[in-house]
Amino acid sequence: MSPSALPAITYNFAYLDEQTKRMIRRAILKAIAIPGYQVPFAGREMPMPYGWGTGGVQVTAAILGADDVLKVIDQGSDDTTNAVAIRSFFETTAGVATTTKTSAATIIQTRHRVPETPLVAGQILVYQVPIPEPLRYLEPREAETRRLHALADYGLMHVKLYEDIARHGHIATTYGYPVEVEGRYLMDPSPVPKFDNPKLSESPALQLFGAGREKRIYALPPHTRAVPLDFEDHPFEVQRFAEPCALCGAQGVYLDEVILDDAGRRMFVCSDTDFCSGRRAAGHRGVMAAPYEEPAADPAAAKAGDAP
Amino acid sequence: MSTPFEPNEEQPLLQAEGLTHYYGRRLGCRGIDLELHEGEVLAIVGESGSGKSTLLKLLSTELPPTSGQVSYRMRDGAMRDLATLSEAERRLLLRTDWGFVRQHAEEGLRMTVSAGGNVGERLMAVGWRHFGEIRDEAGDWLDRVEIARTRMDDDPRTFSGGMRQRLQIARNLVTRPRLVFMDEPTGGLDVSVQARLLDLIRSLVAEFGLAAVIVTHDLSVARLLSHRIMVMKEGEVIEAGLTDQVLDDPHAPYTQLLVSSVLAA
Repeated sequence: MSPSALPAITYNFAYLDEQTKRMIRRAILKAIAIPGYQVPFAGREMPMPYGWGTGGVQVTAAILGADDVLKVIDQGSDDTTNAVAIRSFFETTAGVATTTKTSAATIIQTRHRVPETPLVAGQILVYQVPIPEPLRYLEPREAETRRLHALADYGLMHVKLYEDIARHGHIATTYGYPVEVEGRYLMDPSPVPKFDNPKLSESPALQLFGAGREKRIYALPPHTRAVPLDFEDHPFEVQRFAEPCALCGAQGVYLDEVILDDAGRRMFVCSDTDFCSGRRAAGHRGVMAAPYEEPAADPAAAKAGDAP
Repeated sequence: MSTPFEPNEEQPLLQAEGLTHYYGRRLGCRGIDLELHEGEVLAIVGESGSGKSTLLKLLSTELPPTSGQVSYRMRDGAMRDLATLSEAERRLLLRTDWGFVRQHAEEGLRMTVSAGGNVGERLMAVGWRHFGEIRDEAGDWLDRVEIARTRMDDDPRTFSGGMRQRLQIARNLVTRPRLVFMDEPTGGLDVSVQARLLDLIRSLVAEFGLAAVIVTHDLSVARLLSHRIMVMKEGEVIEAGLTDQVLDDPHAPYTQLLVSSVLAA
């Protein structure tokens, strides 16, 4: 028996069987009908470990059509392990077209970032969510958190923000910043930096959140208000960066800190790689940018381009 | 010496009729009737297992009664049967108009949240959204219960037993409740700390005109704090009346035993 004698492995379109996809779609529809409410669903085992986006992958599999164009990002980047693996997973199991361009994608699965390029109507953003319950660290009992949601009893969340200010002088929650959806449900926007919170609210795109381990799906339909919690005298603020992106010179975007050596040198670059390369292709240059055509940043070139 | 209670003609604040609870086939308490008026302190005494804590849980809606009912005069003046309150109304009542001081402070406090956060929680739950105001109010309450403001941002795990109890009291009284339930508030504290805590409770009760139901097995706590007293044994009330009267001239044999077993109560 040679390996070639075995039948080739064939998957149903987008890996999951049709009944499972129907079940997930029903959960998604319910989530859209009740914005911010966590809908339980019968999450399946996926061929990847929990914490790697099993929830997001199931949501994507359920909504993917043959003519969709898929983009997958991990911390804003198209080329990290998680993004590459999930993209090739759907190339293999669904044969859909993939892209790294935000504007060309119809479905964007994301881990921990909202793309810098504004989303438009018709696009769907699928978030991978590790812990969907915003109250979890304050109230460990699931039955109790559900009751708190049912009664919209969210004073507890303010206790956490109070503690932040008492300890640090400001609200020190920088990611997974809780939002109130349309004046009703408290929602954890997945661990996106709070920098991205304003993009969640009133977005023209549909936003779906899938938590694989906890088996919950929730949603922000287009043009839904998602207001960050705060205090009157300590209003919500996003992070600010002192310098622009070192590669493309962009300001007002979310930057990653990259350590360059063991002598404390560092650079700040766009976390959204598609946005950054798009700007460089259009001729924008940051202080550490290598000439655009070169495939990879050569450390020597980067050093030579460094500002004095 | 406690001030003798003057019965008044107005409606009671809290009223229980025929309150009975069975844990399966085992009796918790049976046929309890009581009335509590505004500003009045009622002590429930009895030995362990006599049904005191069960009664307290029934009154505070933590346990549903097997039979009987509890009514409470809401702030709008209407008597409401507590069993008919919605969950949302019940929770609002619990964190605005009522307080619950527990024997073990760990059950009544958030041990990982700072003292200021503990006191501020009720304020935030009823809609306070101004950090500075919440902090000022919490600071005032820490002053009242004699906790130094420098400890405001420490969490209660670093507090002594007596401080934890005082913090619990501040946390409960910050919304100016009209009724406070206390389950062995001085249990597990040494005698001098007990004395200071009792002094504090007595002055707060007087200052805010609080009504209180205090469960205790310590007759001296009952004598110091309460106007009226109920003695329980095997799930039933065997004697009730003015505190001084019951403690100085007990009628029921069990009460006589209880009183005589305490040194200089």
